[in-house]
Amino acid sequence: MYQETDRHRLFTRRALVLGAGQLGMFGLLLGRLWQLQVTEGEKYALLAEDNRVNTKLIVPARGRILDRLGRPLARNVPAYRVRVVRERTPDLRRTLRSLAELVPVSPRRLEEVEEQARSLRPFVPVPIRDDLTWQEVARIAVHAPELPGILLDQALLRDYPHGPILAHVLGYVGPVNDRELANDRDPLLALPEFRIGKKGIEKSYDKKLRGRAGLSKVEVNALGREIRELDRDEGQPGEDLQISVDLELQRFCFDRLAGEKAAAAAVVDVHTGAVLASVSIPSFDPKAFTNGLSAATWRQLRDDPLFPLVDKCIRGQYPPGSTFKMVTALAALEKGVIDPGHEVFCSGVFTLGNARFHCWKTGGHGRLALVQAIAQSCDVYFYDVALRVGVDAIASMARRFGLGERLGVDLPGERPGLVPTRAWKRERLGEPWQKGETVVTGIGQGFVLTTPLQLAVMTARLCNGLRMVRPWFVRSPEAAAEEWPRIELPEEGLRAVLRGMYEVVNGARGTARRAKLPIEGIALAGKTGTSQVKRITRAERARGDHKRKDKPWRERDHALFVCYAPYAAPRYAVAVVVEHGGSGSKAAAPPARDIMTRTLEINPSGADLIAARSRTARG
Amino acid sequence: MQGRLRSRELTFEEKLRALHWPFILLVPMLAVIGYAVLYSAAGGSHEPWAWRHAVRFTAGFVVMLTIALVDVRFWFRWAYVIFVATLVLLVAVDIVGSFSKGAQRWLNLGLFQLQPSELAKVTLVMALARFLHAARLEDIVRPVYLLVPLAMIGLPAVLVLLQPDLGTAVMLIAVGGGMLFLGGVRWWKFVLAGALVAASLPLLWANLRDYQRQRVLTFLDPERDPLGAGYHIIQSKIALGSGGLFGRGFLNGSQSQLDFLPEKQTDFAFTLLAEESGFVGAALVLILYFVVVFLAFFVGMRAQSHFGRLLALGVGLNFSLYVFINVAMITGLIPVVGVPLPLISYGGTAMMTTLMSFGLLLSVDVHRQVRIPRYPSEL
Repeated sequence: MYQETDRHRLFTRRALVLGAGQLGMFGLLLGRLWQLQVTEGEKYALLAEDNRVNTKLIVPARGRILDRLGRPLARNVPAYRVRVVRERTPDLRRTLRSLAELVPVSPRRLEEVEEQARSLRPFVPVPIRDDLTWQEVARIAVHAPELPGILLDQALLRDYPHGPILAHVLGYVGPVNDRELANDRDPLLALPEFRIGKKGIEKSYDKKLRGRAGLSKVEVNALGREIRELDRDEGQPGEDLQISVDLELQRFCFDRLAGEKAAAAAVVDVHTGAVLASVSIPSFDPKAFTNGLSAATWRQLRDDPLFPLVDKCIRGQYPPGSTFKMVTALAALEKGVIDPGHEVFCSGVFTLGNARFHCWKTGGHGRLALVQAIAQSCDVYFYDVALRVGVDAIASMARRFGLGERLGVDLPGERPGLVPTRAWKRERLGEPWQKGETVVTGIGQGFVLTTPLQLAVMTARLCNGLRMVRPWFVRSPEAAAEEWPRIELPEEGLRAVLRGMYEVVNGARGTARRAKLPIEGIALAGKTGTSQVKRITRAERARGDHKRKDKPWRERDHALFVCYAPYAAPRYAVAVVVEHGGSGSKAAAPPARDIMTRTLEINPSGADLIAARSRTARG
Repeated sequence: MQGRLRSRELTFEEKLRALHWPFILLVPMLAVIGYAVLYSAAGGSHEPWAWRHAVRFTAGFVVMLTIALVDVRFWFRWAYVIFVATLVLLVAVDIVGSFSKGAQRWLNLGLFQLQPSELAKVTLVMALARFLHAARLEDIVRPVYLLVPLAMIGLPAVLVLLQPDLGTAVMLIAVGGGMLFLGGVRWWKFVLAGALVAASLPLLWANLRDYQRQRVLTFLDPERDPLGAGYHIIQSKIALGSGGLFGRGFLNGSQSQLDFLPEKQTDFAFTLLAEESGFVGAALVLILYFVVVFLAFFVGMRAQSHFGRLLALGVGLNFSLYVFINVAMITGLIPVVGVPLPLISYGGTAMMTTLMSFGLLLSVDVHRQVRIPRYPSEL
C-alpha cells in the first residue's frame, strides 16, 4: 500500500507536468494563429487576392488607315474562328474528325491540334482554323450538336481591301518578334494574338494605331480556370489615321505601271510635300502577312529577283541620268561659270585627254545654249558645264534639291541615295577624284544614285519657288504651319532651266514631245532620263549594240521621267522610273503623262487650275 | 456503495448512469464541425466527403459506446494480445499493403481500407498502460527493466517508418515517451534519450527518403520552391492569414474554394476552417479540442487503478499530439507531416481509432472505482 501511494503521488506530479505541457502547446497554437490571422492578416489577404485574381489584357481594335478622303485603306474585319475545348468533348479525336468532314482541315493540322489540346490544360481552347467562310460557319453551326467541344467565335483580322496597290505604303502587321518585345514595354506585345506594324505606315505609326490595352480582371482557380469576370476596362481603341494618298490616283498609277516588270512612281504636291501616290511594282498582298506567312511563300517573296517586298519609291536607288542635268546647270549658273546664253558645240563626242565621252545622239546636236541643251538633253553640253563647275559644286546643289540624303519621309527604311564628292571618294574608296568622273556626274551617271521619291521632290523644289519641301504621308498640324526654307539661286538661271523643261515636252525638238498633256491649256514641263546600267565598250559602240532592241532585259537602260504641271502655276510633281525600260522618253514619259493627267483631273489640292490654264494660254 | 462497486460487476443500468455524458456530447460537436468543413471543401456539397464522414462517425460513435460499456479489466487482460495483433497488421501492411502517394499504409480488407499505423497509436497506449501498471517504482528505476517498454515503442515505430510514415512514427515515440514519463522513468533518462536522438540526427538524415528530406528543407525555407514542395505551406499560410479575425464566411474562402489549398479535406482541413471562420472560429475549435484533453486528464485523475489512470492520460496525450502536430504543421511551425486533424479531417481509420480510444477513456471512467491487480491472473 505504501508503494502504491508513492507511485500515485509521483504519477500525479508527472500528470500535472504533462498537462501543463499540453496547455502550453495549445497556447502556442493559439498564439501562432493570432500572429498569422490577426497580426499579419492583411498581408496574407493581399496574397490571397493576388492568387485569386488574374488580370487579362484585352487587345484594342487597331485604328484604321484612311486615304485623304477618308476611304479605308486598312481596316479590321471579323474573322470566324473554330476552336476546340478538350474537356467538353468525350472523344477529342472523333470530334475533330467529324469537323474535318464538314470543313476542310488538313490531316497534319488535325494532328497538331490534337497534340496541342492534350498538352494544354483541358479547358484551354485550341484554335483549329481562323479563316472560315460564312458558309463554313453556317455548316458547323448547324451540326453543333454532333460537335461537342467545338467553339465558333469571332476575332478581328487586319484587312487591306486594296491588296497589292498600297502594300508598300501601308506595310502590314504581323506577330511580335523578340526584338520588338525587348524594345517596347507595352504589355500588349506579350499577347499571342496581338499584331504589330512591321512595315510602312503600319510600322511608323504603330503606337498611334495600336491604342491602349483594356483590362479584364478574372477570378481564377489554382489551375488558372476562369470562374467569373470581376471588372472590365475596355481600354482605348487605336486612332484612325488619315494619310495623304489619294486612293483613286494610287490605283491609277498602279494599274498604269502594272504591265512593267519593275517600276516605281511617286506623285507629290509641290507646295505641301504631301505624297499623293507612291507605287512600287511588283507588289504583294499584305493580307498574307497578318497571320504569319508560310515559309515557302516568304522565301519566294524574299528571293524574287524583282524584289516585290522592297518599296522602290524610297528604297530603290537608280542613277538619275539626264534628270540630273537641271542640278548640274543650276550649280554652274550659281557659281557664275556659265550664263543661260552659254553655248557649246556638240559633235556627238567629248574628249578629255585620252578618254572619249559620247552624246546619246550619234551625230551630235551642233551648237546649242542652255534651254535647248535641256530640251534635247545634250550630253556633251553638260560634260562641258560639269567640268567647268566641278563635282563639289554639283553635289552641293544636288543636296539642296534633296538628293543624296534621307528626306525624312514617314515610312521606315528610306534610303539616302548617293551624291559623290571628292572627299567622299577619298574616304570611301581611298582614291583621288578623276576629272572623267566629274564629266559623267554631270549627266547623272557614275556614282550618283537617287530614289524615285527624291526625284519627285527635286522636281517639286525646282518648280515651287525653290522651297525645300519634304515629303510626308501624315503631317502634324504643327509641321503644317512651318514654312519651308528657300534655296537661294539667281532668278534668270532658274527661269532658263524651267524653260528648258517646258521645251522637253512642248518644244519642237524636245525629247518628250509625246508627253504633252491631253488637257487643253495646261502645259507639262519635265525631263527625260535614260540611265545606263552597264558601261558601253568601244567594240559594242562600234557594232551599234547599245542601240539594239533585243538586249537582255537586265542590261537595258533604266527609263526615267520627272515632270510637273501646270507649267504656269506648278502644283504637282511626278517621277516615274521603269527599271530597264529602255529610253526615258519612250518608257517613262507616257505613263508619267497619264499619271499627271489623272492627278490634274482629281486635283487633290483643290488649287485653281482654271486660272493657271488661262495664264498658260496667255503665255 | 463503494464497496459494492468494488466487489461485484456493475449492472448495465449502473454503467449507463456512470457514463461521462458531457464528454459524450462534446464529441459529436467536433464531428458536426468536421461535417461543415468537408461540406465546404467539396464546394458546398455533401458528396463526396461530408456524407461519408457522418456515416463513419455514427458507426464509430456506436463502437465508442460499446467499448465504454465493456469492463475495463477486459481491456486490461487483452491489452497485449491486441497490441501484438496490431504489430502483425503492421508487418502485413509492409508486405501486402496498398501504395498511395509513395507510401504503403493501407490494408485492403475488402469492405474498407485499414490503416494499422493509426490503430497502433491506441494499442501502444493500452500495452504500455498495462506494463506500467504492473511495474513497481523500484522496477522502473532499473534501466534493464525499461528494455521491454522501449521495444514496445520501438517495434511499431520502426515498422511505421518502413512504410514510410515519419509523422506517425514521431507520434508513436512521443506518446510512448509520455507514457514512460507518467510511469515514473527518471528525468535524466529522457535528457539522455534526447541527446542520443540529437546525436543520431545526421545518421537519420542520411536514411530519410527524398521526399522526407524535401519536406524538412521546405519547412526550413518554404520560399525555396514556391510552386513545388513549398506550395502547400505557403498556400496554407495565405489561406489562414486571409481569414483574419472573423473569417471570409462559410463557402467563401477563396484559397479553399478555388483549389489553391491542397488536401483541404484531410491534412489541411483546419486551414479551410480557419480561412472561412477566422481566428475566432479556429480558436473556438482549438478550445473544444483542449476541453477534450482536459476531460481526459480529469478522468485519469479520478480513476482508482493505475492502468486506468495511465490509459486515460495516454488517450488524452495521443489526442492532443494529433491536434498539435496537425495545427503546428499547417501554420508552418513544423515540417509538413501527414497527420490528420481528429474528427474533422476526412479519413476512416483515424476517425475510428480516435473514437475507439475515447471508448477506452469512457470505460476507464465508468469503471473508475474498479481495482485491478498487478497481473490478469489475479483477476
